[in-house]
Amino acid sequence: MDALLREYLPILIFLGLAIGLAAVMGLVPFITARQKPDPEKLSTYECGFEPFSDSRKQFDVRFYLVAILFIIFDLEVAFLFPWAISLGEIGPFGFWSMMVFLGVLTVGFVYEWKKGALEWE
Amino acid sequence: MAEFWNGYLLPGILILAQILVLVVPLLLAVAYLTLMERKVLAAMQLRMGPNVVGPFGLFQPWADAVKLMFKEPILPTGANKVVFVIAPMITFILALIAWAVIPLGTGLVIANINVGILYLFAISSLGVYGIIMAGWASNSRYAFLGALRSSAQMVSYEVSMGFVIITVLLLVGSLNLGHIVEAQHGGFWKWHWVPLFPMFIVFFISALAETNRHPFDLPEAEAELVAGYQVEYSSMSFALFFLGEYANMILMSAMTAILFMGGWLPPFEFGPTAGVLGALWGFFWFFLKIFVLLFVFIWIRATLPRYRYDQLMRIGWKVFLPLSLIYLVIVAGFVTYWPR
Amino acid sequence: MIVQAIAFYLFAAVTVGSAFLVITAKNPVHSVLFLILAFFNAAALFVLMGAEFIAMILVIVYVGAVAVLFLFVVMMLDINFVELRQGFQQYLPFGLLIGAILLVELILILAGSIAAPDALAPAASPAPSLDQVTNTHALGAVLYTKYIYLFQGAGLVLLVAMIGAIVLTHRKREGVKKQDSFAQFARRREEAVELKKVEPGQGIQ
Repeated sequence: MDALLREYLPILIFLGLAIGLAAVMGLVPFITARQKPDPEKLSTYECGFEPFSDSRKQFDVRFYLVAILFIIFDLEVAFLFPWAISLGEIGPFGFWSMMVFLGVLTVGFVYEWKKGALEWE
Repeated sequence: MAEFWNGYLLPGILILAQILVLVVPLLLAVAYLTLMERKVLAAMQLRMGPNVVGPFGLFQPWADAVKLMFKEPILPTGANKVVFVIAPMITFILALIAWAVIPLGTGLVIANINVGILYLFAISSLGVYGIIMAGWASNSRYAFLGALRSSAQMVSYEVSMGFVIITVLLLVGSLNLGHIVEAQHGGFWKWHWVPLFPMFIVFFISALAETNRHPFDLPEAEAELVAGYQVEYSSMSFALFFLGEYANMILMSAMTAILFMGGWLPPFEFGPTAGVLGALWGFFWFFLKIFVLLFVFIWIRATLPRYRYDQLMRIGWKVFLPLSLIYLVIVAGFVTYWPR
Repeated sequence: MIVQAIAFYLFAAVTVGSAFLVITAKNPVHSVLFLILAFFNAAALFVLMGAEFIAMILVIVYVGAVAVLFLFVVMMLDINFVELRQGFQQYLPFGLLIGAILLVELILILAGSIAAPDALAPAASPAPSLDQVTNTHALGAVLYTKYIYLFQGAGLVLLVAMIGAIVLTHRKREGVKKQDSFAQFARRREEAVELKKVEPGQGIQ
């Protein structure tokens, strides 16, 4: 237990160091560089036009669909990790157990393919 | 006092020293990777590349750094200031902390955790945050569209990457990166790229998509989106995105080398294996493999045109995903019924 | 040991603090960002308990996938925040009810563990010591064989989620020309072009 945590301590220190480094690098130009704000300079870049409306608009629902499908496949991968490294011990039963699981999800995958959920035009 | 010194401070300083020994050369490598990219691209297009600052332009990265340091940082009026400033930092931090688990030789690793590959997978799945936050906080149409495209793209390729990693784990039986390399002992024909050749290709192409590199650089697509999510950034905030992207390229090359090309193992069983010389010999091969892969990254940029978005999504979901799933089943069948 | 204690209090405090900010932040995007911070610290707490696999999966699935969807929804859905707040009164009873149920459950678990400390111990499958087996191996050894029905049940839940998502969000667009790449690749030269010899002055039919 202690040995396990001792391996995680460097990650914590590394994280602290990286945050410090990033903060210093990101904030240094606010001190070193000359700042002369100007309304035109600070306006949103839009090829010379004034923006017509707020840029955070609704967008195609397909992006949500991709995110949802990603969650499902990500969970599938999460289930595969322990299976992959202990397959030698759980033998054919474990193998076929996972094949049934993957088969069920393949049904879903074929469904979304046939429905055209994976198509972009 | 002595107990405090021996128990906490000394190990702490040692860990910090190890981290600095890794991070400083890494940042130098990132700086010189930008120069290498410009030089290689120039050579492939029969140009000279940077050659004014120092001999062969060797001081160019330093000049760039100084220039960016003194550029005016711009915070757009419509932007959400805090998120806008934090987003590039997140990209950079993630690109750095992934290196905590990368083994450079037998036992030469900062954090030798049992779930090393899961840690890398987790860090790479967080990469979308820097981009989404930047795209949203900028409050600009181009940045928003670029971030949207980019996150959908990274998420799609993450799936097939996960399946590819599983096929490697089936052959290894451990999530520890050191064990993954040790399992490939015995010459280059024992490396995983031989039995898993299609997965090696899928992994490398997915790595291109994950790092938003050519030919999958749609989030930036300067011709249509004027650099996408980075459009409102200037000064060091922009530099942090840039450094993060290049550090990620090196990281992905290191991951490919560890998973498929035997990490620090030499292609033939020769040379020293123990002691300081053995470690240096391992470094040499590991860095050579990373260097070759980075060269391929740049070579691909010089050679291939950009993909269209529908083609990109089709390859991710309709080609790589089924292919890696089928290959996973085949490998698992072999491991179950014909164990080595 | 002392480092461990400091780390625990740090992570626990940040988890509770950011969870509080999730429900008080005015901007929903900030709420989701604090939620991500809370997930992170929860993962760190799992590591402190020695459950490294669960910690990593928490980051991969919740932070890397679920929170991305949340961000998509709150960032890019055109929500009118003023309108959103007006609904607050209306949903308050439901919120209070759910909160009360969760509170009762927590109290029951706490009371149970004080009244009968042994009852909650996993008697059926004693977990092997961390020194001998990593917890990923320990999980893999039982999940797919001993708990096969629960495992397949999880697969079915995922299938339902997948089909549900498609049924709810997929719309067929009319009047859009689509690319069928596989058909395009499968096309041969013979189907596509035809060579004809044209005599001068006669044209072609």
